[in-house]
Amino acid sequence: MSAEQPFRVLPRVTEENAHFWRGGEQGQLQFLRCSACRTWIHPTSPRCPECLGKGLVVESASGRATVLTYTFNHQPWVPSADHPYPIAIVELEEQTGLRLMTNLVNLSNEDVAIGLAVRVVFEQREDVWFPLFEPADAALRRVGADPA
Amino acid sequence: MNELRRKATVSGIGQSEIGRRLMRNPLDLTLDACVAAIEDAGLRREEIDGLSTYPGAMGPGGFSGAGISDVHDALRLPLRWFNGGPEHPGQLGSVIEACMAVACGLANHVLCFRSVWEATYQGKGKRAGLGLGGGESSGGGYRASGMMEYTLPFRAYSAVNWIALFAQRHFHEYGTTREQLAWIALNARRNAGKNPSAIYRDPMTLDDYLSARMISTPLCLFDCDVPADGATAFIVSRPERAADPRREPLFVESVGCALKGRPSWDQFDDLSTMATRDAGPALWEGTELGPGDVDVAELYDGFSFITLSWLESLGFCGKGEGGAFIEGGERIALDGSLPLNTHGGQLSAGRLHGYGFLHEACLQLWGEGGERQVPGDPQVAVAAAGGGPLAGCLLLTKG
Repeated sequence: MSAEQPFRVLPRVTEENAHFWRGGEQGQLQFLRCSACRTWIHPTSPRCPECLGKGLVVESASGRATVLTYTFNHQPWVPSADHPYPIAIVELEEQTGLRLMTNLVNLSNEDVAIGLAVRVVFEQREDVWFPLFEPADAALRRVGADPA
Repeated sequence: MNELRRKATVSGIGQSEIGRRLMRNPLDLTLDACVAAIEDAGLRREEIDGLSTYPGAMGPGGFSGAGISDVHDALRLPLRWFNGGPEHPGQLGSVIEACMAVACGLANHVLCFRSVWEATYQGKGKRAGLGLGGGESSGGGYRASGMMEYTLPFRAYSAVNWIALFAQRHFHEYGTTREQLAWIALNARRNAGKNPSAIYRDPMTLDDYLSARMISTPLCLFDCDVPADGATAFIVSRPERAADPRREPLFVESVGCALKGRPSWDQFDDLSTMATRDAGPALWEGTELGPGDVDVAELYDGFSFITLSWLESLGFCGKGEGGAFIEGGERIALDGSLPLNTHGGQLSAGRLHGYGFLHEACLQLWGEGGERQVPGDPQVAVAAAGGGPLAGCLLLTKG
């Protein structure tokens, strides 16, 4: 990706969340997972919210997900050439409720839909790898897609 | 049933001047509302022994015009109990806690206030867009954390983006349409035309709504409330202390402040509703009254979809039926079966941030709605505030 990348607010990367924001350096979408009951945890927490166990480990998810909902942002909060752009909430295939707010990329806006199968791609800025999602179906993928 | 029923009353209300860019000192506005409420209740300020607010002092930005200490000191109040902060069940959570304080005997008369001055703050040019330090990739050094960590980095800058995600899911699951949702905005504007202090009063048509510019699909400009300057205040009193004849006390019949799902914009389990889903039913657990007993409903409309979510959550219609319920706007009109947002809501009357709905509920029960008064001497009103992970509501009865 290039200078055409839109402005993004960077997250404050800490010891607790670095696996999530920097996992993309190795191409991995990483979350905490409970070693006892195997629950995936997001956002990070010192304990498993299911069994309250403290034995949490970083594991990589498949990066395969489904679009639960989306919106096209039209308002120019920050100047950018790509309005309207899609914001979505996607659910990872590993677990019901394992979700991220994200942006859908590399597709035409007209192909954005609830239920769309997507896969993770990473966009790097400084010390952060943003997990974004593109269509799982290669036929729907458009590199540098223009808004529909 | 809980122990709060009829243990607290609203004994007085007050409101400052309301407008766009009033360029007035925010504490001055706040005190106007507070002094008006004390006078309205027929009290002397020495009798005010409790103070409660949302969200408390927050520094510059216009989101909060005054905190507890500002008002405490300005009015030299002899407080026995006070409470202020942002982590309440919605904006009206600060009033619910005042009800609890008087019910427990910790205070006799609690002054509750909420003031905003966003219109002036933005108008002074102090907030260039989002205040993120321009368009540089460094964001001026700002880094998102807390609840913003997983929204801002994905270019979801505003609550309108977060609410739009819920609205789109509702549209998907239940076939709700923009033509239906429009009636939240159209009804509000219709009522604002009869409210002299409303900010937008010109008539709006369905065509106006549908042709308005999009903000974040499916929400357009008219689905978003209007920043305002203004302050609102209430006096919450123990029933036996609210005997002044100038005001018939309004009883707090029940409150709803439950939040059983995750407190998050994106992690809530059901994306077709919000925290309203838990707070709404909790209201009915505290009373023998039900949705069919409500004569007037004042339901938060920071964004139109939130009102629809409250309508469903409070049981005025079934889950997913909100679109059909409001379609055409007859049912929710002043002379309909459930008059809704009778002052024009935040969409047209201005963003007083939750407190405006309770203020209007009181006016309606006292029969002081003027040209917008709901006919038939309404006896029961619900006021609800908050969207996303914020939700709190009160049921008021006359007598």
